[in-house]
Amino acid sequence: MEYEAIIGLEVHCQLSTQSKIFCGCKTDFGAQQNTQVCPVCLGMPGVLPVLNRRAVEFAIRMGLATHCRIAEHSIFARKNYFYPDLPKGYQISQYEEPLCEDGYLEIELESGEKKRIHIIRIHLEEDAGKSVHAEDYVSENETLIDLNRCGVPLIEIVSGPDIRSPREAYHYLVRIRQLVRYLEICDGNMEQGSLRCDANISVRPKGQDAFGVKTELKNMNSFRNVERALEYEIQRQIAMLERGEPIQQETLLWDAARNRVVPMRSKEYAHDYRYFPEPDLVPLMISSEWRQAIAAQLPELPVARRERFVRDYRLPEYDAAVLTEEKPVADYFEAVVKAGADAKQASNWVMGDVLRVLKEEKIEISAFPVKPEALAEMIQLITDGTISSKLAKTVFEEMRKTQKSAKQIVEEKGLVQITDTGAIERVVDEVLAANPKEVERYRQGEEKLIGFFVGQVMRATRGKANPQMVNQLLRQKLSRQDG
Amino acid sequence: MTSGELSLPDLVEFYARRIEAEPSLNAFLDVYAEEAIDRARQVQEKWRSGEAAPLAGAVLAIKDNIAIQGKKLTCASRILADFVSPYNATVIERLLAADAIILGKTNMDEFAMGSSNENSAVAPVHHPHDPERVPGGSSGGSAVAVAADLCTAALGSDTGGSIRQPAAFCGVVGLKPTYGRVSRFGLVAFASSLDQIGPFGRNVEDVARLLNVISGHDPMDSTSAPDPVPDFTQNLHTPPESLTIGLPVEYLSDEVQPEIVQAIETAKSLFADAGYSVREVHLPMTEYCIAAYYIICTAEASSNLARYDGARYGYRAAGAQDLEEMYRRTRSEGFGKEVKRRIMLGTYVLSAGYYDAYYRRALKVRTLIRRDFNQVFEACDVLLTPTTPTTAFRMGEKVQDPVSMYLSDIFTVSANLAGIPAISVPAGTDAQGLPIGVQLLGRPFDEATLLRTAAFLESHLK
Ligand SMILES: [Zn+2]
Repeated sequence: MEYEAIIGLEVHCQLSTQSKIFCGCKTDFGAQQNTQVCPVCLGMPGVLPVLNRRAVEFAIRMGLATHCRIAEHSIFARKNYFYPDLPKGYQISQYEEPLCEDGYLEIELESGEKKRIHIIRIHLEEDAGKSVHAEDYVSENETLIDLNRCGVPLIEIVSGPDIRSPREAYHYLVRIRQLVRYLEICDGNMEQGSLRCDANISVRPKGQDAFGVKTELKNMNSFRNVERALEYEIQRQIAMLERGEPIQQETLLWDAARNRVVPMRSKEYAHDYRYFPEPDLVPLMISSEWRQAIAAQLPELPVARRERFVRDYRLPEYDAAVLTEEKPVADYFEAVVKAGADAKQASNWVMGDVLRVLKEEKIEISAFPVKPEALAEMIQLITDGTISSKLAKTVFEEMRKTQKSAKQIVEEKGLVQITDTGAIERVVDEVLAANPKEVERYRQGEEKLIGFFVGQVMRATRGKANPQMVNQLLRQKLSRQDG
Repeated sequence: MTSGELSLPDLVEFYARRIEAEPSLNAFLDVYAEEAIDRARQVQEKWRSGEAAPLAGAVLAIKDNIAIQGKKLTCASRILADFVSPYNATVIERLLAADAIILGKTNMDEFAMGSSNENSAVAPVHHPHDPERVPGGSSGGSAVAVAADLCTAALGSDTGGSIRQPAAFCGVVGLKPTYGRVSRFGLVAFASSLDQIGPFGRNVEDVARLLNVISGHDPMDSTSAPDPVPDFTQNLHTPPESLTIGLPVEYLSDEVQPEIVQAIETAKSLFADAGYSVREVHLPMTEYCIAAYYIICTAEASSNLARYDGARYGYRAAGAQDLEEMYRRTRSEGFGKEVKRRIMLGTYVLSAGYYDAYYRRALKVRTLIRRDFNQVFEACDVLLTPTTPTTAFRMGEKVQDPVSMYLSDIFTVSANLAGIPAISVPAGTDAQGLPIGVQLLGRPFDEATLLRTAAFLESHLK
């Protein structure tokens, strides 16, 4: 029998606000344990939460970017459960009446097909702390707790059950990550936990309308793990159905090291969170003025930018997609063009050498030593024929190392292209004279030898001769003597 | 609150000695005598140089569910027996800025849950006029401290009558301000949507002066109101020119002790004699108040008290083998019976399958109760009711019967559900010499009219 998977994702994004959602504590990652805490986020007796306006703004940005309806009136709720990293014994979240509802995100599959994934809701909540079970300094049944993360603002983005394969889930996550980074509300780092993903997953025979029993999958802390875990779980569920075994509704943890899922012990999650409206916070009111002001400040989003790159810069779809993948890269590319470089040349350089270097050196484009204006100047030297594309590679490497301008490097190293016909002609003549056998073979029809002659000329000029001119002169001379 | 003859350090010492002389009242849990005397000297200095702030001269007792930095904050519970607050409640900051002297912390029903003060994990507070009787609760320690002349005035908290009921039992004035009038930051939460800090005083004026200082918006409390704070002492003793007093008929059932009904009659005639209009009004939702109140307050309490789990601070049961055992034993050993009863009740009413039948319904009832009051306040300025159905009852009389205990709040819970201000004013004594209190309820944020009406009553009942 053929089966299909029904997947819905719950994505948590840590918002990159300066301070926590309900107190003034800092949110820096990796600080000394329990130093970014205060009576409020420690849940001391008598404290009260005060909502961080910036966190609300960030959540609204995401809501607007995913075409959600932004609620004029939304409320916070308490999600009650006991866990040592949850100091109040409840998490302040949103339940009934969330901030954003009913939007969508468009993903593009390998086939080029586009698909809309429904976004049921996006709501604001606070993060919990971290339990540390470090065996080297804790006795067996003890746990250490770090509450620095407790109270860091999160948005939870809940998708509809529209995802049909692990690959679609991957694409959806990549889009979410791209969007939060474009919106500058979250760094999207799954390994550090600033982007987290849980999945609800069930399978059913193809053609059946009713959903199967779903399981909840947690602890998938990389894009690759999400795909692998979902693949595993789909196969596990199908195998069970094939054997006629019922699927248990349960929460499973992905064990990446062993490549399998393990059931979460039922004590680790509550069955009944006893949600009720948070009495310590007033309803969150979003005026249309505020909403519009946030909308007006939204950056151009990836899809629109990509389309514009194709339209305005006449770039191939592929180039536009690569360049707009990350906002800072797209910004860099546009700065290069703005500084006077030819768009296609700029695209080639950014997609090629620039991205390669970023990958090799594992750096962000903001740390890339060649500034857009400098790259534009180099590209102009190619366009006006001062240097060849081949020489440009050398210049580019030199620019990276020394941060000197292209012009300066070209002058210092004498890399200016030889465009003097007379000078090139002399070398061509020398080369032809030195290789009479090859000239003979060429004339007998072995035309691919042209590459050999070009190579010889370039070697003799140490790469400085204009390749087009060399080519042209060689062909002229080889054919003229033939006649 | 000013004293010409006595120096301020002498006054503090006088109170400290009175507290020592009356140990059996159990009104205080902690007394900062030396510190208070030191501070009294400083305030006395400021006084002399004419720089003293409005509460210079006031020596205050604070209910032990309000945070004072560096002081124990126990809520009269074993679970917080050794907890020291790392911060000041907003009201404490404001009192200190106004040159008030804080003498100590008062006893209470554990986590403010109770109406008799028998639920203190430390010791029950005794009635100042009859040690066999309860002082009321949950702010019984604060009420007794004022009634027994152990301080000038006091702060308590009122979730369903916890200021007004002990004020009535002990013969002092107690005010529950409008919800949002006074910051709750630093008040250990019992039921967040109902809790409000308020003053106790020997007279209406002292209460008004304290209210002046503790009121006003606090950026640390999102539910505190931005409404401006008038000077409540201004024109306090000038009776309002015209006034319509409403008498909710539902509050005068046969269950009410006859002497209390008589006190209401007396108040009624005083108002009428002063030319005020007195009329009967209806609050039809009254019979549902107690049920709605106990559903909402226990639901919120079950969540508010979840943080006392032994993990970070407070009492932790020793020798637990795993997390669940630590939670179970810490909370079983740390909380008293009534607190556990309410946590269980609250957990139940919020649980899946019961939420709609209990909690959601209680919220609807609450909306209707508010509507009742809004309608009545279209015609009336102030409502007059008994504060309690009886005067102070005997110790042990109701402790085994939670429902009869809960019913002693029957006239006070509605003000918390509706969020309106209410005050209890002494109105004589019953045949056994036990104080009677009458309650006045006012429009939201109109404590000014409420206090002037209370001052009128006070002056004519003397
Ligand atoms: Zn904090």
